Amino acid sequence: MSIASTSMIQIIPRSRRGVELMLLIIAIAVSVGAYVNIGLTVQDKVPASTGYYAAGIGLLALIAHLALRYRAPYADPVLLPCAVLLNGLGVAMIHRVDLGLQAAAEAAGREPRGPAAPQQITWTAVGIILFLVVILVIRDHRRLQALTYTAGLAGLVLLILPLVPGLGVDINGARIWVRLAGMSFQPGEFAKLCLVVFFAGYLVVKRDVLTLAGHRFLGLDLPRARDLGPILIAWGVSLGVLIFEKDLGSSLLFFGLFLFLLYVATERAGWLLIGGLLFAGGALFAYSTFGHVQKRVADWQDPFQEVGGQVSNALMGQAWGGVLGRGLGQGRPEILGFYGQSDFIISSFAEELGLTGMIAIILVFTLIVERGLRTALGCRDIFGKLLATGLAMSFAVQVFVIVGGVTGLIPLTGLATPFMALGGTSLVANWAIVALLLRISDQARRPQTPAAPVSDDTIAMAVQKQ
Amino acid sequence: MNSAIRRLAVAAIILMLALMANSTYLQAFRANDLNGRNDNRRVRDAQFSVDRGAILVGSTPVAQSKPSNDRFEFQRSYPDQIATAYAPVTGFYSYLYGRAGVELTYNSELNGSDPSLAFRRVVDVLTNRRQQGASVSLTLNAAAQLAAYSGLSGKKGAVVAIEPKTGKVLALASRPSYNPNDLASHDLDKVGATWKKLNEDKTKPLSNRAIKELYPPGSTFKLVTAAAALSSGKYNPDSKVRSPAFLELPQTTVGLVNEDRKNCGGSDNATLTVALRYSCNTAFGTIGLDLGADALREQAEKFGFGERQLPELGAAASRFPADPNAPQTAQSAIGQFDVQATPLQMAMVSAGIANGGDVMKPYLVQNVKTADLKTVSETKPESLHQAVSPEVASKLTQMMVDVVENGTGKAGRINGVQVAGKTGTAQTSPERPPFAWFTAFAPANDPQVAVAVMIEDANVPRTDIAGGTLAAPIAKKVMEAVLGQ
Repeated sequence: MSIASTSMIQIIPRSRRGVELMLLIIAIAVSVGAYVNIGLTVQDKVPASTGYYAAGIGLLALIAHLALRYRAPYADPVLLPCAVLLNGLGVAMIHRVDLGLQAAAEAAGREPRGPAAPQQITWTAVGIILFLVVILVIRDHRRLQALTYTAGLAGLVLLILPLVPGLGVDINGARIWVRLAGMSFQPGEFAKLCLVVFFAGYLVVKRDVLTLAGHRFLGLDLPRARDLGPILIAWGVSLGVLIFEKDLGSSLLFFGLFLFLLYVATERAGWLLIGGLLFAGGALFAYSTFGHVQKRVADWQDPFQEVGGQVSNALMGQAWGGVLGRGLGQGRPEILGFYGQSDFIISSFAEELGLTGMIAIILVFTLIVERGLRTALGCRDIFGKLLATGLAMSFAVQVFVIVGGVTGLIPLTGLATPFMALGGTSLVANWAIVALLLRISDQARRPQTPAAPVSDDTIAMAVQKQ
Repeated sequence: MNSAIRRLAVAAIILMLALMANSTYLQAFRANDLNGRNDNRRVRDAQFSVDRGAILVGSTPVAQSKPSNDRFEFQRSYPDQIATAYAPVTGFYSYLYGRAGVELTYNSELNGSDPSLAFRRVVDVLTNRRQQGASVSLTLNAAAQLAAYSGLSGKKGAVVAIEPKTGKVLALASRPSYNPNDLASHDLDKVGATWKKLNEDKTKPLSNRAIKELYPPGSTFKLVTAAAALSSGKYNPDSKVRSPAFLELPQTTVGLVNEDRKNCGGSDNATLTVALRYSCNTAFGTIGLDLGADALREQAEKFGFGERQLPELGAAASRFPADPNAPQTAQSAIGQFDVQATPLQMAMVSAGIANGGDVMKPYLVQNVKTADLKTVSETKPESLHQAVSPEVASKLTQMMVDVVENGTGKAGRINGVQVAGKTGTAQTSPERPPFAWFTAFAPANDPQVAVAVMIEDANVPRTDIAGGTLAAPIAKKVMEAVLGQ
């Protein structure tokens, strides 16, 4: 290890499982409270499904907690409660919009669509099962390093899957869905996971050559042309995603993640500069070439020029919420229809919980990201550092892109709000990501075995003495 | 590596802070703006479900909200027999087509969202009472309004009556009209059909002829010309004015003729009083040429031309042409060429003369009161301009009394009350019938009401159209209603 290890943070090894349990109970109480509140406001009664919901969220969370106690006792105590809170609130809001859509359908004399909340609870269960699998099966995240190229290949295949005729389907203008045996899922959500594993594994091997070879130009260390290969490939792939699948959000996410990891691996800002220029070039090209990109930008600049547009509608919903919100069950999130529980669920929260609730939710996401990056800081191996950074930053980028789009900060691109938005694939994939982060954090926070032959610190001191 | 991760951590926090800042801007600062949008369904639905305040004439509601058992909790309703009579004032309150009239301009008071009602709202929340809007009391006189509306029956036209001392609008009627209940209905399909029908109707029932449409005022404008003449100091009511049967105009071969194609009351040099009595075009053409366009325009503006009145309803601004040449000035002096006025404006001319030359700012809303009858705002009378001196006003009044007693305005006479008035018949094009006008006030010695009547079309033979015969009887009924006769 390099001298940089001296700056590695010291974590006093304490398991903190009790703290996690306390936080979990709070998260479950808030979620179930929200669910009951919605029932009381909209239907004047405690919803009959409260038991199912409480069991779904509560039991699953407790099972996950027990798995951590058993297999990853030193894991970060904040991540799981944050994820449970977001997931629980998400299901409550999906239920809320279900009720709103039902009422609207009845008022219009239409047959109401089936409720989506039970689906989401089922998917939560699947997500927790995957969480358990990750925690129980992957005993050491470093084993994933062996799968570097397999993961890369899997990621690419998953990315291309929606383009396969007969398999992929166009939904709302983006071709990011695959329908198989009556079930549809978004392979991109898992591609994200695979690609982060690939990026991390690849960069562990290549970081030296990417770091050391290069020329200084304008105060920046620029890499050699032939070392630009990987970044160009990443750029190309993300551009392909944008062009062929019309998926701006994922394209930005993949490219961003690769760039962040490249920067962390090499600590050279030159990569960020080159990446930024490539991204700007790609964006400019996309804007000048594709109608759907131009439309997104136009809708962003003036959301109200599009009559009945979702963004303008969402903005009005958020304004209607104001600072303190309309109150759970007292807004009109169903005006956005199905989008009020999927892409635009964050706007539904802003409407009913107000700016206050919105900031609280963003803070919970921030907590997940920062705990993830802290895990990366504390991690002792480079692969783990890169992996944790990638996974944490994937939340950051995703939240920024979708929340920024819904609130009108940046052009809207379709990404799921992690843990909250209706959609099985995304939920399950995010649970897997949190499981991985917890697995790495367990490694990072675990007391170092005294039997370790030479610790990093010893090497560092040895180097300094010379 | 760790320093790079730390930088990323800072970058991530910056991204999240940007989201929070943007949300704060949106939900705390931009919210009012977005909530005020017409296409905002949430706000519209919520407002449609509010217990909206009433619009009152005296103690009678002309618009009120009644509980309704459908998806909106209240139904806006306008009392059936009088809904059409009050429509130009109340306007309508529609889910699909927004609002008009007082329903529009006093919307925030009526629905209770106005800042002036903030305290009331807090009390409602604390006492767990439903938000109730404030009620708006109009200055209208119910008897005068209904007299005006029924007087216009079968005609196209408008009536405006004003209390000269204060500027209170006592009557404001326009026909043909519409029933605002049809637009306030919760049956949105029916509302859509009604809206389409009203907009396609060639008689334009949605247009407010009393204040929003401009018409040539014809001879009623001679009051303004006479006012300018007397104010100039060059004329008094006995001054002789050249008034031949045919007045040649400079720079042109056409000229002005009097209505009967004869000279003025048997004289080629009639007095100003006689000229007004018989509404002689050649005499007032002569005065117009003598005073010039600027003097006429100045006088017109002192009566309120060029300004929008009644912000409650957004009246159109009447106008005197910008830069007429000599013959155009002569024509303008008799209310032709490009002089354009609303019935409201002509009522203001009479009201100004009635009030000793002081034109009061017209207003339509007397006060706004909360549901528990606390006054939120009260309109105070306000002077607009001193249009003429009290001496000139009194001379004009005498001349107008003469018009009604001895001249063209005999149809406006009221038993036992001295009426001052002026008729008008305005030609526009040969294809359409002339506009019949009458403006008056009464009693002449202590004016209680000033009125202007304009008939655009009455389905009578062209030769029968004259302000005196067609418009004066309606004005008479309205004045009688105000005077309680």
